[in-house]
Amino acid sequence: MSNPAKSTMNTIQAVNLALDEALRLDLGVIVLGEDVADEQAGGIVGCTKGLSAKYGARVRSTPISEQAIIGAAIGAAIVGMRPVAEIMLMNFTTVAMDMIVNHAAKLRFMSGGQTHVPLTIRTMTGAGFGTGGQHADYLEAWFAHTAGMKVVAPSCPADAYGLLLSCIFDEDPCLFIENMPTYWNPGPAPEPGARIPLGKAHIVRPGNDVTLISYSRMVGECIRVAEKLAGENIHAEVIDLRTISPFDAECILTSVARTRRAVIVHEAVKPFGVGAEIAAQIHDALFGQLAARVERVGANFSAVPFSKVLETAFVPGPAQIEAAVRRTLGQSP
Amino acid sequence: MSDPNPAGATLVDIYRRMTLIKQNDERFRALIKAGKIVAPYYSPRGQEAIPAAISVLLTNDDYICTIYRNVHDLLAKGVPMRELWAEYAGKVTGTCKGKGGPMHITHPASGVMVTTGIVGSSLPIANGLALAAQLRGESRVAVAYFGDGASNIGAFHESLNLAAVWKLPVIFVCQNNGYGEHTRYDIATSAARVSDRAASYQMPGVTVDGNDPCAVYAAARVAIERARAGGGPTLLEAMTFRFHGHVFGDADVYMRPGEKEAAMKKDPVPAFRARLIAEGHAGESDLAAIESAIHGQIDEAVEFALQSAVPDLHELTQDVLSAAGEGA
Repeated sequence: MSNPAKSTMNTIQAVNLALDEALRLDLGVIVLGEDVADEQAGGIVGCTKGLSAKYGARVRSTPISEQAIIGAAIGAAIVGMRPVAEIMLMNFTTVAMDMIVNHAAKLRFMSGGQTHVPLTIRTMTGAGFGTGGQHADYLEAWFAHTAGMKVVAPSCPADAYGLLLSCIFDEDPCLFIENMPTYWNPGPAPEPGARIPLGKAHIVRPGNDVTLISYSRMVGECIRVAEKLAGENIHAEVIDLRTISPFDAECILTSVARTRRAVIVHEAVKPFGVGAEIAAQIHDALFGQLAARVERVGANFSAVPFSKVLETAFVPGPAQIEAAVRRTLGQSP
Repeated sequence: MSDPNPAGATLVDIYRRMTLIKQNDERFRALIKAGKIVAPYYSPRGQEAIPAAISVLLTNDDYICTIYRNVHDLLAKGVPMRELWAEYAGKVTGTCKGKGGPMHITHPASGVMVTTGIVGSSLPIANGLALAAQLRGESRVAVAYFGDGASNIGAFHESLNLAAVWKLPVIFVCQNNGYGEHTRYDIATSAARVSDRAASYQMPGVTVDGNDPCAVYAAARVAIERARAGGGPTLLEAMTFRFHGHVFGDADVYMRPGEKEAAMKKDPVPAFRARLIAEGHAGESDLAAIESAIHGQIDEAVEFALQSAVPDLHELTQDVLSAAGEGA
């Protein structure tokens, strides 16, 4: 990734490449979802373009029936296939919650380990397109709160590629969250076949003064804030969780033990969010060693609003992140 | 299997399975009443003929998904009594190490892939089992069992549509016992018959007398052969009645006076027994021998379940995620 001569690609291309690779490697990999086949344009943003032409019936468009999509994927998974089910938007996962939460997540435990569900659910979300309250939510905490699932959210094209491959070949149900507004942002192309392990965080920027913990689109915002603060000789370490559940507590705690300050940043609303769990675990492990209380930055506790001015204010941005960092340093914002 | 009328040996096999269900059910109710087993129990008594007749047309390679009222479906499909009883008793020797319990029995060796406690959720997953068989070019079929109440939930409609669009080798078997929990069929359901709903999805829909094993067998045979041949799904509705209410202990106060008594007069088990003897398929002593053998097997299974150990507490953290994921 550090080779400047290497080509770039965006997340749509990275996802497409990972699916192509998985379909090529394993006949058990199938792709199901609304509009995913080429006759339907290979997905609304083109993530699955060209795959049905190449792999035929293993890549198939479905009716707009989220329960049926996930149910079919679960059934195929428990008899050894590796389905990748696309739920177009994260808000639509709510239509399939019974299948995901009561079945995919629990069948391994409830069957005493006789069956398991190597299923990947791809979904996209994120505010910024004026889609309002039912098309842009980050609902990762709902799934992270469910035992038996893995929740993964890449922040760049190469991570999307490597993490998606790992999800597809993992033995547990994985929810794979793609950020829609940054789909077209280019990033370094991944090494072909380079899988990124689940459950391991990535220190994207080292630093000793404060630890910023984030995932998905907010990693980019944290990096921008860290770059700005470096000009003031404040060195923030930025950790990209990559996997939200189970998250890499060791990486977080090692960093925060050193910096003694932590800010957790996510696009999801703040109350009862992933940040609350991470903050609690930091307090459990490091209470007494912290130089400041753990800060959380998240979206406004409301539906995602439509009007641009409200939508922009709803989502956390660099200003809120910077203010939170300054609070941990005892500086007034 | 292509014989439209089951041979004598098949009829006796169906009776054996019905007896297995009836006797196990009687024992479950007795042990729960006596406090020997503490479990929610949804008696299938009265519905024996349906899975008994269907299961003789299936092999262990064929899949089923069933629901919380499941003892009949599981025993008919071949789940061993010892493991079934142990699971109901919450013992580590149960099908699922005591971690699933009565509403979540899995037994892949006999093709029981999912048992769900959620109304309607057997159907979408059965589609996936059928999809796997279809993609792999196998001749397996999947059977989704559910009740009449499930025909009013979205998952039913999504599943029938998808199965029809993809011509999946699946048979949707509605055991219409007249009530969804406490609510009578006609109060909750717009269609005169559940099978009428098949027309909306361009698939065959058939209603049969669920007390008549031969009628169930004949309809299931057509559906299963069609599915195996790539002809797609069928909605098969078998009319039946549950003799012991929704959940064991149910006082049946929501039923119309005399309704249950009338249904119990049509008890499919003794009726089929009499028919086998009258038609000369089996003698009294043959059937008595079957009944007695099952009785002994249940004694042994119950003893096994009661004597088995409870799960170790370390099971709380096992099977949550794959071994690589546990402790991560």
